Amino acid sequence: MSNRVVSRFTSPSSVRNGELALSARDVMVEVAETGARVVDGVSLDVKRGEIVGLAGESGCGKSTLALSLMGFARRGLRLAGGSVDLGGVSIFDLSERELLRVSGSKVSYVPQDPVTALNPAMKLRVQLDEMLTGHGFEGSSAERRERVLQSLKEVDLPDPKRILRSYPHQLSGGQQQRIGIAMAIVNRPDLVIMDEPTTGLDVSAQEHVLGTVREIAARNGVGILYVTHDLAVISELADRVLVMYGGRAAELGVTADVLRQPQHPYVAGLLNAVPDLEKRHSLLGIPGHAPEPGAPPARCHYVDRCPLAIDRCSQEAPPAHSVSTTHRAWCFRAGEVIVVERPVANRPHQGQDQSLLTVCGLSASYSKKEVLHNVDLSIAPGTSVALVGESGSGKTTLARCIGGLHAEFTGTIELAGEGLDPHARKRTQSQRRSIQYIFQNAYSALNPRRAVRESIATPLRQARPELSSGEVADRVESALETVSISPAVGVRHPHQLSGGQRQRVAIARALALEPSVLVCDEITSALDVSVQAVIVELLQELQAKSSLTMLFVTHNLALVPNIADTVAVMSDGAIVEYGPVDIVLGQPSAAQTKNLLQHIPRL
Amino acid sequence: MASLNADLVAASGQPRKAGRSVVARAVRSPRGWIGILLVLPVVLIAILGPVVAPYDPAEFVAAPFAGSSGEVPLGADFLGRDVLSRVLDGGRMLLILAFAATTAGVLIGTALGMVAAYQPSTDDGIMRVLDVGMAFPQLLLALLLLSIVGPKAWLICLAVAAIHVPQVARVIRAATLRVVEQDYVKFASSLGIAHRKILATEVIPNIMGPVMVESGIRLTYSIGIIASLAFLGLGLQPPTADWGLMINENRIGMAQNPWAVVAPVALIAAITVGVNLFTDAVAQSVLDGTDAGGVDDVPEMMSRGVEEMSAEPSFYVIDGPAGEDFMSSAESRKATE
Repeated sequence: MSNRVVSRFTSPSSVRNGELALSARDVMVEVAETGARVVDGVSLDVKRGEIVGLAGESGCGKSTLALSLMGFARRGLRLAGGSVDLGGVSIFDLSERELLRVSGSKVSYVPQDPVTALNPAMKLRVQLDEMLTGHGFEGSSAERRERVLQSLKEVDLPDPKRILRSYPHQLSGGQQQRIGIAMAIVNRPDLVIMDEPTTGLDVSAQEHVLGTVREIAARNGVGILYVTHDLAVISELADRVLVMYGGRAAELGVTADVLRQPQHPYVAGLLNAVPDLEKRHSLLGIPGHAPEPGAPPARCHYVDRCPLAIDRCSQEAPPAHSVSTTHRAWCFRAGEVIVVERPVANRPHQGQDQSLLTVCGLSASYSKKEVLHNVDLSIAPGTSVALVGESGSGKTTLARCIGGLHAEFTGTIELAGEGLDPHARKRTQSQRRSIQYIFQNAYSALNPRRAVRESIATPLRQARPELSSGEVADRVESALETVSISPAVGVRHPHQLSGGQRQRVAIARALALEPSVLVCDEITSALDVSVQAVIVELLQELQAKSSLTMLFVTHNLALVPNIADTVAVMSDGAIVEYGPVDIVLGQPSAAQTKNLLQHIPRL
Repeated sequence: MASLNADLVAASGQPRKAGRSVVARAVRSPRGWIGILLVLPVVLIAILGPVVAPYDPAEFVAAPFAGSSGEVPLGADFLGRDVLSRVLDGGRMLLILAFAATTAGVLIGTALGMVAAYQPSTDDGIMRVLDVGMAFPQLLLALLLLSIVGPKAWLICLAVAAIHVPQVARVIRAATLRVVEQDYVKFASSLGIAHRKILATEVIPNIMGPVMVESGIRLTYSIGIIASLAFLGLGLQPPTADWGLMINENRIGMAQNPWAVVAPVALIAAITVGVNLFTDAVAQSVLDGTDAGGVDDVPEMMSRGVEEMSAEPSFYVIDGPAGEDFMSSAESRKATE
């Protein structure tokens, strides 16, 4: 066995596109303690030169499957069965030592955040060199250097010689990710597994990295397994796609087939939830949430959320249904799934001239470094403004200034004609109540030691001391009802909730205070698309019912038509374009808007 | 132990996964119940000992350093007093002083550390003064004070508490910084809730883990320091019975009656080790309740197999002494977008 491994190092790498790089059969991974299946019998082939997308929402087991293909299991998990064949080497039969030689040479891994994989105290030359020496590359130091430089060129890094002299922190996020890919291909592996490598990047950097990935697959003849939650990225990148749900395969096929004619209700539902700039359809969330590992095996895991479920679905696990030779769906009702064309998101256009919230000449800084320059913004009552921009453009800072969370600024903020103090603490009680800020990360926005109901009641009691305890309780109940959180959930603590539930609790907490302006800071960016769609639906409903004014901060341009009437595009601490959504997205004038629109991945 | 509490500090403010019965879980773990088995008898001896002692601890009942016999089961000490009675009598004051000094030190240290972290304008003032305090050889300072003023119980208490304050303050400051960064604290503050109330309801419940563990560590130190002071003659004065003092008084007669030294040493060792074990169990139990328990141990190329991308806040596990300053916290407080 190990002889074969070694022989691969000496044989010259040649492009052999079409040959099988990976063949995994019935891979099972379970929780070591309980035996609950995290990955339950998934099979997958990846050919050389092919990009296979592995898609699914958080907790579906996609990352666990990806790791298991290299023979690894995270702490607490155990590889429980199946086989993985990597170019003739059976991964599950290798000893730990042999495994370490194989990983990084025959198969390699690109993590989501390259910074955690790079040693900040070592020059990149040394780290890249180690990848070769550590995996038995038998060449002189000049040959190694040659190979490293070549890899850097292949991932399209400018001035590779300078890069070799650099430390990781001296590179941008996109460059760091390309270093991660260079490290993965430097040993000429058959297969590269990439786990959400562009999730932390801005759209333009993401597009660049995706281009690099495509090129490497074609030119080096390496098979790529690309793990992501983003179907738009899959659509642009992958030749084939495997969608997972609850640890099992849901649908596998050529990307266009799966995304255009989904056969599994989950995939169809997912597609309804993905915001798309082109179609601008209204979003439809999938109610309920994904099963925990350890759900009863003799049923379809999706049955509780599935609109097409029949009795049989809760009695046995659905086998693969072959739609065509290349397209399979694990569903009893495959073939009957109808893709509903979602209506175009239509927002009543309110062309009001008056302004509820006015920001005038605002320049904000962090420790004397100015990050916002002379920003003006006005929001008409009852409308919703989307604030979009790449990371570092200052959109969150602006939102925080309005919310009174960041006070280091000059300029004025007025609410209904009244000037607001920069410090929330120095504003009047009713001003504080009128502007409610919802944080990106609901995990950290809720006190972990406090039950849901108490989390909503505490600020209410503070802001409205005149309310009796009965009135507070009533308002808490009605706020929970508004966000469709059942009363039983009200007694739970945040760690017992799903991500979507937590964010809904945070919204309920804000709504209970009856604000006039809701500032939403990337509130869906940490959520799965099916949950994001539910939250967007909720916000739309709120706007329709009450005349809530909203500032919606997001980096996701595709979401804008669903959530806003007006859009403000930010770049480098200034608003570069402002206007009605249709006009800004239809005929963008600012370079930054065009840039964002051009690079955004589309379904 | 120290680095375990550093993990804990890193984990404070993180959402907890398991229920709140941290102590209950600690008691059930092996370290927890072994710790309790060691501590409980010593505490019982210290409390009930004087009642059941066969002789008055100051009474001369046998020849100096007489070996054990039916009359005196653990023999006699250097003046011919009953060792058993003196052992039974000599723990109470030690434990009371240790407990009082620890409580005072942890309370003051926690208050200072918490305020320093919560109110950045006070941070430098408080922490630099404590740094200066830490720079002095504190045990020597305590010895100096005690030898000038005299070995008074309140002074022992105060001196030992003062030794604890800077170290406790550092650990708690670091723990508080992690909580203060959390959005629920910012949210409470933006609602205009009084600072005192924010500290009481948002911050303190979320730093209880580190506070509990720190109390345990400090208690073992207190016992050690106070016993050492007694050994050096700066604790309780003869003819009072005291474990630390007994070790000093009787060490010259080790060959004749080892019990007079071995018994107090064994008791001090048992309670120190016991408290340490139990504290360890509590720390582990707090960690198990947070995400910090599940640090990936896959090779470094794959250290991020995290399924849920940014839904969970990142955390740092800090290795090294608990007293280290946490640069990362201070810097991330100036969080930018």
